[in-house]
This record gives sequence, structure tokens and C-alpha cells, in this order.
Amino acid sequence: MVPNTLAVFIGLFIASVNACLVSAQEAAPASPTAPTAQDEGQQTEVRIGYLRAYAPQLALSVLDVPPRDEGVAGANVAIGDNNTTGRFLGQTFRLDVTEVKPEADVVPAFHEMAARGDRYLLADLSARQLLSIADIARDNGILIFNVGATDDVLREEECRRNVFHTAPTRTMLADGLAQYLVWKQWRRWVLIYGSHEGDQLFADALRRAATRFGGEIVAEKLFEDTGTARRTDSGVAQIQRQMPVFTQDLADHDVVLVADESEVFGTYVPFRTWIPRPVAGTAGLIPSAWHPASEQWGGTQIQNRFAKATGRRMLSTDMAAWTAVRIIGDAATRTSSADPAKIEAFIRADDFSIAAFKGQKLTFRKWNWQLRQPIFLGDGRSVVSTSPQEGFLHQVSELDTLGVDEPETRCVFE
Amino acid sequence: MRPRLTLLAGTIAAGLTASPASAYMVYVSNEKDNTISVVDSESMQVVKTVNVGQRPRGITISHDGKLIYLCASDDDTIEVIDTATLQIVGTLPSGPDPELFVLSPDGKTLYVANEDDNLVTVIDLESKRVLSEIPVGVEPEGMGVSPDGKTIVNTSETTNMAHFIDASSHEITHNVLVDSRPRFVEFTPDGSEAWVSAEIGGTVSVIDNATREVKHKITFEIPGLRSESIQPVGVRITADGTKAYVALGPANRVAVIDTETYEVEKYVLVGQRVWQLAFTPDQKTIISTNGVSNDITFIDVESDEPIQSVTVGALPWGVVVSPN
Repeated sequence: MVPNTLAVFIGLFIASVNACLVSAQEAAPASPTAPTAQDEGQQTEVRIGYLRAYAPQLALSVLDVPPRDEGVAGANVAIGDNNTTGRFLGQTFRLDVTEVKPEADVVPAFHEMAARGDRYLLADLSARQLLSIADIARDNGILIFNVGATDDVLREEECRRNVFHTAPTRTMLADGLAQYLVWKQWRRWVLIYGSHEGDQLFADALRRAATRFGGEIVAEKLFEDTGTARRTDSGVAQIQRQMPVFTQDLADHDVVLVADESEVFGTYVPFRTWIPRPVAGTAGLIPSAWHPASEQWGGTQIQNRFAKATGRRMLSTDMAAWTAVRIIGDAATRTSSADPAKIEAFIRADDFSIAAFKGQKLTFRKWNWQLRQPIFLGDGRSVVSTSPQEGFLHQVSELDTLGVDEPETRCVFE
Repeated sequence: MRPRLTLLAGTIAAGLTASPASAYMVYVSNEKDNTISVVDSESMQVVKTVNVGQRPRGITISHDGKLIYLCASDDDTIEVIDTATLQIVGTLPSGPDPELFVLSPDGKTLYVANEDDNLVTVIDLESKRVLSEIPVGVEPEGMGVSPDGKTIVNTSETTNMAHFIDASSHEITHNVLVDSRPRFVEFTPDGSEAWVSAEIGGTVSVIDNATREVKHKITFEIPGLRSESIQPVGVRITADGTKAYVALGPANRVAVIDTETYEVEKYVLVGQRVWQLAFTPDQKTIISTNGVSNDITFIDVESDEPIQSVTVGALPWGVVVSPN
């Protein structure tokens, strides 16, 4: 039966794209176009590039080792979704993935992707890498979607008109967490932060959130990375003795906040503190753009689709990438066009919004092109709550209670 | 602040008992606790709770009132329930994760949206066989059928289209773009329009069934509520075609719309997160399922006032009323 064959065909297409990308090849995967009865002659193709800094990473818990295709898998599922919709309009979408090393020069790779005809680029790069290509992209008429970097600076002092951000910022994540702690009336916090740049930036975001929402940081302590191995065979015994001592002299508090993006000590804090207190931040109760167990707001459907296509659960970067590809796809569908000028105008329009399984439509902050979004608060197993919390009001959108708001922004577009 | 309905409902209930309606059985699918609540429409009390398959959502009833069809989504099946005994007497081959469906006007065919597989499954009820699987957009959900039975409409929640399907050839003839996350399709009784709700878009698109184009888009505005919380889902239109009711999700209200002018005439406060609606056959009452508050609300169609809320199972999702 024809319809069955087609369904299988689309399934295989998604699977084959994934299979290719897992091996991180630079050549574009074959891009079959699904033949249907609805074809009205001409097919138009929308090419999307995905530029990614990748190196295998260690984590304190083996459960937290990032999947090989984190982010890319989300983009692929969205390409599949776009192509299912595209069948009805004669549009096809394809993804070209290029990987570089963390902190490598990304300009040559960017030029290659531009030469291939990618007009949209998903970037999962460091802030420095992203800034090194942002202006070249602008001069080539390429829109960048930042799906990885949470750095506020990319939306503030170093904002660019051609860079959209579907990943949330550190301040959005910290504010989402702080609202919940304040709603719980757990207002006295101690902050333990790591010695790497990302740790310090997240610690800054938590300090800002405390000031903003009426939390009090009663003590702070730096956990220096002395370069010890992350995994040792009987390290657990030492940690069990060291962490209580490390937290022994802290002033009395309700919650321990941890800022350890670098995976040096954070996972070791819960259940090992001197006094029994809940832990939140990069360990314990963690704020994120997506949670692999979220089933609210139709979430079951994207989770099932993602798991079927990839064999694993969906993570935050996967969702940021899925959303970016869907934004491009929705714009192409609704303008019935692959013309980059039309697609860009559609995304920048006042009434643009995208649905992403977060219970409400998501829109862009026009002052810095950051996507407004609720923040999930989850432990390792389940979603505990979603911010903004009830009662945190805003004259424009309650989502603007999360992160840097328009009156405070330092973003000035040239 | 959460609206409290019970006070209001109590006062109005006294008024209603003066004009007794015929008793119908109201069947409510409770998504969370895997049951159906059976409610007597006259006494407005739960008379029985039936254990069913996992995650019951879409629910409908045969035209003779003898069989209930129920999507047991997590069991990947449609259960058939005998209304006389309230026993599960069979299942239908639904395809994976059935969520919503619609019965053809002649009662012989069931059209099912399979969310996980981007398919509409066509089932012949007599032989219990799958007649066809029609590929549609991403996350098919809403299902409607024209009164003459010739046109089926499916909505796909991520593709954001209403797919018009020829009921004889099972081919898609038109794809109409609507706003984000289209959830439900309802034809006007004369078949001239298909109304499609968009949950995240916050609108109802009125599609002209002759031209297959959106002829009007209904928007909603409720003082004191953020526009993001107005999320239209279930739509029902009176048999005389004059009034439409739209369930507005977390806005906790049902909008009453004049089908002539497309103006919202009233917002009826019901329970929390209102999703689906069903009329009683005498058209005197419309019933809403309020998921988060675990209840259903009876609304008087003449006055558009809420009559009473009745606690059912956990997360009531769909509702259907016996035809006799």
C-alpha cells in the first residue's frame, strides 16, 4: 500500500540522517525527496548548516557524559518534521553538520559551509568562536541560531542583529531557579562555585538572581579545581569525608547553590553537606531549557518521536536545535517560500511565535533576539517545577521575569 | 487567584431543577486514572466508574448508543465498551497512540488520528479491519467529518495544517495552514464551514468548505488574563448552527460565539484547564471537561450560565453523551 511505503520511507530517511551524523562526517548526507501524490512539480530546498565544537567530555557521573550527537539529533528530528510538512508544499530541508575542536578557529569551516549554500547556521560553539564568525555571516547574508552558548554577553554587549538565540542565558536559568526557591520561602543561600570561567559566570547569574528576587547569599566559597582525576576506583570514600568538611564552616542557610558547569565537584555536593540541606544549581535541582522526562503540554509526543529516531532521551541542546530548525521550517511553510529574505522577515515580524512543548507560544525579545521560554527545574528523574513561578508578574510577558529585561539590556544593534 | 465555581454552581442548580431534562448518560474519559466516569445528566451525579485501558483520551459513541469507542492511548488500542453492561467487549486495530477520532455520519467507519506515526487510520467497524492509512502532517490530532460524510478533516499539531481528505479515495485534497497546534475540527451543521482551533496560536480558524480557505479567524480576549493562557481546544456548534462553544484550556472558560458574526458573546467560567465539550442530545446542556480541577461543568445552553460542576476522575479529558 502506497501510504505505508511512504511512512516507512520517511522513517528510514530520519534514521539514515542520524546514522550519518553520528559518525560526524563533513559530507552532506543524501537528501532524498519524498515522492507523494501531493507533489506539485517543483521542489525547493532549504539548506541549514550546523557548526559544532566537539570533543569527548568527562563527567563526574557516567550518566552525565554528553551523548555523541547532543544537539545535532534534535536538529535532525526537526528536519524530519519539516520534511513531513514540506511534502505538502514541495519543500525539502537538509542539514549539513561540521564539527571542529573546542576553541579551534571556526572561520575556515564557516566559509566552507557558506560556500555550500547554507543560509542558516545553527551554532553550538563557545562565545568566542561564535563571535569570530558573526560579522562574516552578516556580510554573507547568513542568519545564525545560537543553540548552545548560554553566555549573556552574546545577547548584551556583544549582541548581533543576525544572531538569534534559542538557548536560554545563564541569567534566565538562574532566575528560573531563584523564583522557585523564593516561592518556597527558602531564601538563605550559600554559594559554592568552581574556578573555571563558566562556573564564575553562572555564580554571577545566581548572585544577580538573589538581588533580583529577594534571596540572600549568606556565604560563598570557591572550590578550586586542582586537576584531580574525575573518576577513581575508590574515590567515593574520600569524597564522603571531604565534602562535609568543605561545607562545615558555612553560615546557616536553607539551600546550597552550586555553580560548577565544568563538572569538577558539583555532583558530589548533594547528600554530603555538613548539615542536611537541599542543593540546587548545576547539581541537585537543576534549571534547564528542556527536561528528558517532561511530558506536559504535548511533550510526550516530541519525546516519543525523539526517542524513536535516536534511541536516547532528549536534552536541552537537542531542544534548542529542534526549535531553531522548526523556526526556519515554520517560516518557510507560512511564507510558502525558500527565499531567505522572506523567511527572515517572517521570523522578525511582530506576530511571530513558535510552539515548542512548553505550554505557551514562544516569541523573540526583539531587543536582542533571545527566544523567551519557560525554564524547567528538574532533578535527575523528573520535572519538579517550571518557571516563571506564579506571582512573578510582568507588564509585557511573564517570561520576561527571566533573564535580562529590556530596560536593563546593554544590547545596541549597529 | 483561582476561580471557585462551587459557590456559583450551587445557587444556579436550584433554578434548573424546575425544568427537568431527560436523563442521558454522560461518559467522561479520565486520562490520569485510567477510568471512565458515568454521570447521569439529570441528577448530575457519578453513577459508575469503569476501569479501562491506559491513558484514555478520545471518546465517542455509536449512533444507536450501544457501544462506546475509547482511545486507550498508552495501550495503542481503541476499546469498545458495551453501554448496557459497561464491560469492554472488544478492541479495534487503531495503530499506535490513538488520541482522537471521529465516527462517520453513517456510523460505519471510524477515522483515527495516530499522533506518533503521522497517520490517519481508517477503520471499518463491522469487520474491525483497517481500510487505509493516510499519511498526514506531524502529530495528527483533531478529526472532523462533514455532515454528508464526504470530507474528513485532520489537523496536525506541529505541521499546523488542516488536511482535507476525500472520504471515498482517502486522498488528501487540500492542506490549509492554520495557527500553531491545531487541536480540534468541527463542521457547521450545514457543512459549509470547518472550525479549527489552534491551542498555542490562540485562535479558531473558520475554513470555507467550498473554497477550502480560511475565511475568518476568531480571536479571544479576556480582561486580566495573559493572551498566552488563552488556548482554544474543543469546539462544538449547536444543531441549529447559531452558536459555537470553544473550550479555552488554562483560561478556565468556555467562549460562546455567534456563528453569524463570529463575535464572542460570552465567556463562561468553568473549571481549570477546560479541553473538550459535548452537548446533550436535547441541546439544552453542554458539558465541559476541566482537567486540572478533576471535574466537568454542565452549562445551560439557553442562558449560557454554568449549572453545576461534578467531580469525576483524575484529569478528565474527553466527554460524550448517550444519544437516547
